[in-house]
Formats: sequence, structure tokens, C-alpha cells
Amino acid sequence: MKINRSIEEINEKIKAGKAVVFTAEEIIDVVKEKGLEEASAQVDVVTTGTFGPMCSSGAFLNVGHPTPRIKLNEVSLNSVPAYAGIAAVDLYIGATALPTSDPANLKHPGDFIYGGGHVIEDLVSGKAIRLEASAYGTDCYPLKRIETTIRLSEINEATLYNPRNAYQNYNVAVNLGPKTIYTYMGVLKMNMGNANYSSAGQLSPLFNDPLLKTIGIGTRIFLGGGLGYVAWHGTQHNPSAKRAENDTPVYPGATLALIGDLKQMDSRWLRGLSFLGYGATIQVGMGVPIPILNEEIMRYCSVRDEDLYAPVVDYNRGYPYKEGTELTLVSYADLKSGSININGQAVPTASLSSYAGAREIAGTLKDWIEAGQFTLTAPSAPLPSIEAEIKLNALPQKDPDKREV
Amino acid sequence: MIKQKIVLRYPPHVVEQPTIYHLIKDFDLMVNILRADINPKKEGRLMMELSGSELNYQRAIEWLREQGLHIMGLEQQIIWRSDRCTHCGACTVICPTEALAFNRPEMTVSFDEYKCVVCELCLRACPARAMETLVENSNSK
Ligand code: SF4
Ligand code: SF4
Repeated sequence: MKINRSIEEINEKIKAGKAVVFTAEEIIDVVKEKGLEEASAQVDVVTTGTFGPMCSSGAFLNVGHPTPRIKLNEVSLNSVPAYAGIAAVDLYIGATALPTSDPANLKHPGDFIYGGGHVIEDLVSGKAIRLEASAYGTDCYPLKRIETTIRLSEINEATLYNPRNAYQNYNVAVNLGPKTIYTYMGVLKMNMGNANYSSAGQLSPLFNDPLLKTIGIGTRIFLGGGLGYVAWHGTQHNPSAKRAENDTPVYPGATLALIGDLKQMDSRWLRGLSFLGYGATIQVGMGVPIPILNEEIMRYCSVRDEDLYAPVVDYNRGYPYKEGTELTLVSYADLKSGSININGQAVPTASLSSYAGAREIAGTLKDWIEAGQFTLTAPSAPLPSIEAEIKLNALPQKDPDKREV
Repeated sequence: MIKQKIVLRYPPHVVEQPTIYHLIKDFDLMVNILRADINPKKEGRLMMELSGSELNYQRAIEWLREQGLHIMGLEQQIIWRSDRCTHCGACTVICPTEALAFNRPEMTVSFDEYKCVVCELCLRACPARAMETLVENSNSK
């Protein structure tokens, strides 16, 4: 390879206001026009973005101590329960948590109008949140009950920590059954009435660095409108997923755990969602800058929707009961055209992830870098990739009372 | 006395007629226009409050229907809150009339209220709950 650029060099250029940056969408034509080598020589950074529902998200809060002090036991924020099984006034509010009074799916399909994702959105937008808590009381933490309100600006820490975000590829959901079903992939009409997908495709961060050659622990990113970092690989991280010739997985692959200070985020990019018949969650906006270290990285970044494939999966039986595999593979170009062909049937497509949002995030990150406000980081450690040979486990269903030898 | 909020939908050829004049002059109604969206030669929409005697009100509604106007209760209007919409597109495969449509290559969603038949399917299918009816809670079944 002729090009060999370091992160330090790129950062020097960023600080001098001279870095050349394109989004992962714009770079496609740049590479087509100039060729891989020349494009790699001229471009320093490619920015990516995605703005989709990401259930495995939540925030750690430290709400401070009242007088007298309390060791929170059962806590709710706007009636949504938060996890308090950590230190006295530390909490974790998860995106899919529901008020105990929520009828859930008692009357199917349930509305799930307000949950943890909405609490996080409300916190970030500066609203007052009702905190109710009980405790058993100790000599050091005597208070047994508190009802108050908190605001983001009034509490000590608020750290977004999302155990699994930014899925590298995802299923396209259809319903082969005879009735409408309500899933985390949206409303799916009977007999393949629609096909829902959820990835930004060519703009999606992990599609642009398929083997995790630049993204690692400590990579600085756009998260929820502010700054964040890659904390670890995400749960269900599966770099072993089958890959196409361009190294991108054709099944759900790698994932990221992300972390960032909620206090500098923007509710525009952290949005509470209500999935009919499924539950509450949050839509997270995130984007990763990819340093163009050499031609290989540039080739990865120039990947197009035409060359990215996803599996079509039946969510009536196939997914829930693990019956059968995918129906077919479709390209993101076809998905984004509005209609795909499955076994001769034209099926209208819709996305759950916002491509317009992904585009805006990649554009914002580009602006930040061009303005010298955002520099790149070298990973402190790599994330496990193919060579880790990770295999996903299923939950063992054993007789818990039987003694294992 | 009756006081009622309604929405009139005008087919293009009726827009030119002095409907309001007739409501006041012939049916002795008080007309309070809340919102008007009328363009010559295109479908128009008029949101208003009518008050007057019950009999005159009923006669007026009948007359409006004869004129080819579509009359809806105010609570039936569907509102697209563009500030809440994330432009995902999930609603576009649910909406039966393409009132909610996906624009390419912008990859954004737009709402055409003239195509909306107020089936209300989008209200709960939109994860961001960006679709609303004017009267709050009319969608909580
Ligand atoms: S489903 Fe809701 S958020 Fe998504 S495009 Fe439609 S109106 Fe907008
Ligand atoms: S109410 Fe029905 S027709 Fe109107 S926008 Fe919603 S889904 Fe479409």
C-alpha cells in the first residue's frame, strides 16, 4: 500500500483546520471518480452515522444524598422503575423499563406510551423528573422514603452506558403468518405485507470498518448529539457472522458498547419510542469517524448499499421459535428502493432506522472535524474480531434442581 | 343553541363559492374560522366553529353536503408533528393511501393531509408517536 497515514498526522491536520473529510455516503462518488489510491491520498477521515432504535441502552445516574441520607432500594423515575442494586444513590435507568402500572400487552397490542427511553429523553431535554424511592433504613442511611423531582443539571453524574448499540447489519423482518404481528421490528402485516429493516447501510459505522481495524476501545464518537466513546464490544458481539467478499457480514455481526456524558447530549438524538405490542425503547443517534490510514481502509469506507446484504427473516415462526433460517438475502439498495422481491412477491419495505438522521449525524461529525473541534483517537485496545472465533450461546434450559457433576 | 367545531374539505371546483356568506346569510349561523387552507383550483380545507339554532345548524350541514363538501368532526383531523418525526419511514407501509410517503433520494417522510382518510392506523404504528389527532386522547382506546 502506498498510503500510510497515522492518527497523529490526521490530528495535526484537523488542528490546523486542513483535514479533508467526507461522509461515508459522499466518499462513494469520490472513490469512483478519483480511484482508490488518489482518494486515499487526498482524504483523511470518513464519517459515518446511524439513528435507530437501540434497546440495549440506558443511563447511570448519581442523584446525590438528601438529608438525612438514604440507601435507595426501590426507585422510580416518572413511575418507571430504575435499578438501584448498586451504591446508595446510584441508579441505572434502562431504555425498555416500563411503569409497574403499565398494562403492557394485557390488551394486545399494548401502547407502551412511556418507558425508560422516554425518561432519558425527558432528562436530556431538561425536564423535571419525579423521583420516588423507598429504602429499608440503616444506621448510616436512615431515610426510608423520598418523593422529589430531579433535573439533569441538578444531579451529580449522568452517564449514558449502552451495552449494545450500532449493530453491524440486522435482519429484515417479514410475517409469513395469517395475522398482523407486533414486534420490535414494527408492525408486520400478514402474508409478507411489508418488510422492515433497520440499518443505515452504507452510512452505518460498522459496515465501514467491517473487521474493526480502526474502531476499538476508547474510540471517540458522536453519541446522542454529544461526545461519547466506545467502551467495549457490545453484548451479542458476533464477528464470526458469515461475510461477503467485501468482508461485511451478511448477518447481524459486531456490536459496540458505548459510553458518554448525558449532560452534554441533545434530546434530538435520544428519543423515547413506543413499539406497538412490543414495548418502549430509545432511538439513539451515533456516528464514528474513520481515519483513512491506507487504501484498504478507504476501500472499506467506499462500500455501497448495492454491496451490503441482509437476511430476510420470518417473525411469525422463524425468529421467535427458531424455525428455519432466512428466506433470502437482499441488498440495502433494494431495501431502500421501497420494494423487494421475495420468492416472486413484491414486498414494500420500510426502515426503523432513520437514514436522514444517519446522514445528518455523519454531516455533523464532518463539520466538527473540519472545524477542528473533534480530533480522532487511536484505540487503547482492539475489539475482538474474526480471529477471536466467538460463538453465540443459547440459554441452557436445564432442570435447575438437578445437581450437575 | 348549538356550538360545533368542524372541518370542511372542499373539492377544487367548490372553492370559488362563497360558502361562508351562505352560512351566515341563509342559515343565520355565527362562523368563527379557526384555520383555513384554501388554494384556488386545489382541494381546500377550512376549520371552523359554527353556532346557531340546532335546526339551522342541521339544515346548513345538509346544504354543505349537497354542495359536495366533505364534513368531518374536528377530532378526526390527523396531525403530523414534524418535530417528533424521525423520518424512519415505518408508517409508510402502514398508511393505506400514501398520505404518509417516503421521498427518495431525500430519504425523508412527508405527510399529505389531502390524501389522509383518517383511518388512524399510523397513530399507534409510529414508534415516535409523531402522528396525533387534534383532540387529545382520542387515540387512546
Ligand atoms: S413512523 Fe413516525 S417517526 Fe417514523 S417517519 Fe412515520 S411519522 Fe415519522
Ligand atoms: S390516518 Fe390513515 S390515511 Fe391518514 S396518514 Fe394515518 S395511516 Fe395514512
